[in-house]
Amino acid sequence: MLTIREYKQATTLEEAWQLNQKRPNRLLGGMLWMRLSKSNVQTAIDLSALGLDTIEETETEFRIGAMVSLRQLELHEGFTAYSEGANKEALRHIVGVQFRNLATVGGSVFGRFGFSDVLTLLLVMDSYVELYKGGIVPVADFVNMPYDRDILVRVIVKKTAAHYSYKSVRISKTDFPVLTCAAALTQEGVQAAVGARPAKAALVKDAEQLATLPMTAEKAQAFAEYAAGLLPTETNPRGSAAYRTHLIKVLTARCLTELGGKA
Amino acid sequence: MEITLTLNGKKLTRMVEADTVLLDFLRKEGCYSVKRGCDTTNCGLCTVFMDNKPVLSCAILAARAAGHSIVTMEGMQQEAAEFGAFIADQGAEQCGFCNPGMIMNAIALLRENSEPTEEEIKEFLAGNLCRCSGYEGQLRGIQNFIAWKKAQAQA
Repeated sequence: MLTIREYKQATTLEEAWQLNQKRPNRLLGGMLWMRLSKSNVQTAIDLSALGLDTIEETETEFRIGAMVSLRQLELHEGFTAYSEGANKEALRHIVGVQFRNLATVGGSVFGRFGFSDVLTLLLVMDSYVELYKGGIVPVADFVNMPYDRDILVRVIVKKTAAHYSYKSVRISKTDFPVLTCAAALTQEGVQAAVGARPAKAALVKDAEQLATLPMTAEKAQAFAEYAAGLLPTETNPRGSAAYRTHLIKVLTARCLTELGGKA
Repeated sequence: MEITLTLNGKKLTRMVEADTVLLDFLRKEGCYSVKRGCDTTNCGLCTVFMDNKPVLSCAILAARAAGHSIVTMEGMQQEAAEFGAFIADQGAEQCGFCNPGMIMNAIALLRENSEPTEEEIKEFLAGNLCRCSGYEGQLRGIQNFIAWKKAQAQA
């Protein structure tokens, strides 16, 4: 059971950061995962009043505040156009609309949860996190950084020219994914991120130029096999390691085939 | 701590504990349409509107609702009754426990998209679980309601 002794709505990031340095205190994201935890929180720190609930779109990037809801990200027209609908495909399976109206991008990314569809998608984009003390860090690096008590202020996605595709498998609608897969075709070539292995998402780049254009089913399969060979999987109640490794091959090949059609 | 919020159009000021969830606060205020189902943010039974958006009241602190507008089914009885009749006509409310959450979220859908496709209805209501009906009755009820509204508008 979660207990909270005090609730504090921070008025500045500095105030939130100072409060967050004390071990019994916790930052609130959407609180959906935290709600299920068994912990005693001294002070719950709310960032809701800091204006971090908007998506700013400029000519070169999207600046997604930490308190932007997953539903906002799903419905944002500019981001949908840029990601070619990959955002909707990544987000629409997460529980329900009511859940996605509460869950935040900051909470999902900072948590670096294995099941995170958002993290899987962001990994194949030219994306960064802005940390209050840690500065701007590529998401690909952030995903492997140790957990600390910094604050994720926003996620930045550069509008780098690319095509995107996203696919996932769930045993039943709205459940946690058995596997998530995002792929991008950039000027440097193909890259894919695979999450819910069940470990957190990891990125694989086409270092061996297996999937060059024009894409064919054979090239897509070759890269998919390569990715499956690099990404370890494990067994949990949703699927065995062998099943997940098989899914990596299937979903990656499907994503690449789709990307080939967009190129 | 003291919070002030608008509940079903009325401004309220109340004392709450820091970890009181909105669901418990609302039931204490007599809003019994808001139900505790799974208590794990999955079933949609506790759906209310916060600033006109459907949210899970089991997963949000009452403290976080301060300064916001909360609407439960008690605050939209006419709209809910009108729509609920179409659900009842299809026999889609066997035990009825999921109905308030389902109706709240269906109304949210229809406010956002007045003519949703079958797939859009299923996707929007995916976060509302029903253990009796198999969802077909609810789907027919929503589609019949949409058709009725459309006929009314054209009449």
